[in-house]
Amino acid sequence: MTAAFWGLFRRDLRLSWRQGGEIGLVLGFFVLAVLLFPFGVGPEPRLLARIGAGIIWVAALLAAVLSLDRLFAADYADGGLDLIALSPIPLEVSVLAKIAAHWVTTGLPLTVLSPVLAILVDLDPAAIPVLVFGLLIGTPALSLLGAIAAALTLGARRPGVLISLLVLPLFLPTLIFATGAVEASLVAAAVRPHLLLLGAVSLAALPLAPLATAAALRQALE
Amino acid sequence: MLTRLANPARFMRASGAVLPWLGLASAAVLAIGLVWSLVFAPPDYQQGESVRIMFIHVPAAWMALSVYLFMAVASAAALVWRHPLADIAAQAAAPVGAGFTLVCLATGSLWGRPMWGAWWVWDARLTSVLVLFFLYLGYIALVNAFDDPGRGVRAGALLAIVGVVNLPIIKFSVDWWNTLHQPASVFRLGGPTIAISMLLPLFVMAIGFLLLFMWMLLLRMRTALNERKAQALRLYGQAAQLGESRRRAAAAPAASIRGTATRAGAGG
Repeated sequence: MTAAFWGLFRRDLRLSWRQGGEIGLVLGFFVLAVLLFPFGVGPEPRLLARIGAGIIWVAALLAAVLSLDRLFAADYADGGLDLIALSPIPLEVSVLAKIAAHWVTTGLPLTVLSPVLAILVDLDPAAIPVLVFGLLIGTPALSLLGAIAAALTLGARRPGVLISLLVLPLFLPTLIFATGAVEASLVAAAVRPHLLLLGAVSLAALPLAPLATAAALRQALE
Repeated sequence: MLTRLANPARFMRASGAVLPWLGLASAAVLAIGLVWSLVFAPPDYQQGESVRIMFIHVPAAWMALSVYLFMAVASAAALVWRHPLADIAAQAAAPVGAGFTLVCLATGSLWGRPMWGAWWVWDARLTSVLVLFFLYLGYIALVNAFDDPGRGVRAGALLAIVGVVNLPIIKFSVDWWNTLHQPASVFRLGGPTIAISMLLPLFVMAIGFLLLFMWMLLLRMRTALNERKAQALRLYGQAAQLGESRRRAAAAPAASIRGTATRAGAGG
């Protein structure tokens, strides 16, 4: 089962790497979405430093949502998903492998890129590690919860719009705790409780989301 | 009882008998509750007359949560036991629940302006109720997003069950976070902190809202069932028409062949 997990994981990574551009597109969207804000609210450094972490997180949420519709859609269209569902390993495990691959191709690059963007929006250097660590432990929740919506909307008429409507409300706790942690570090308050809650959201989603996603996939393939 | 009513025809008979009485009862209870709470209930010593908004706001909030829970339970029943009316009930409840949530948000906003000085504040209770509203909208959108209605219903059922995680967050948000929204004052350990003169009209309004929901639920379920019946009849009619024309088309060449055969026979 471990071998199958890593096999599927590597396959998804290889696919998204060789199809090329998809990681680049998501990152490009992320950077552009952040860069729009200085034009929208004005380039004053104090204001940007104040709202910078929120901007980066909102852009990361939107970039994650944008990348979700490719999570199962290609495999659903070419029948690969049927084979994955028919294979002897539990569908929950396969789903978890796909989610992990999705996180490595979206959440992780977003996290790696975020310090650069944090400098662009004049975020206090002391808050940058908190922001990056928050992204590191918060973005898995985005892939996990997003997978539920991606599975539910398979075969729907306008999956992209529908996914954002379903998933953005579910992302709110992650956003609240993550930006709370950065806020706390800006005013030199305790960061730990916010990060613990942020990690708790991801950890709670880790067992529950694959269950719900697998159930959604089963009814999609029925 | 639920298994007995699983038969749509039996459900239509039973609900048809109950429906007018439910409508009358809800109208009567709501009329009594509205007059009692808006005219006879005492004004609050702090909030003055604007406390009367609460007689709408609080029952609407209760209903917003309860209807979602009802929807989730009905969805689970539809998925687990394939109860034929459960998915219809869940679908019928969703817009009604969204309506109650909207009433709750709107009345809260109207009350917040004079009391808090703002139409809206981003505290945990308000935000989580807003999320509930979007869960209702997401459910309705998802159910209608598929060409195959069965797919939409099953996907929506799963979404409704996933969304249940939001209910305890709403309920306990006022205890977990330090919110501007006041903590629970009716259903709490140690009894309610509201004067009985306000509590009684509040409960009358809550019963009125509950009856209203049941009336609308049955009405919408009956409409959905009638729509299905109408669609089935239309499909049946089309199929019959198609069968008729096919039979004619099939009969015509057969006759001509037979005709040639007889002619050939006559000739021979």
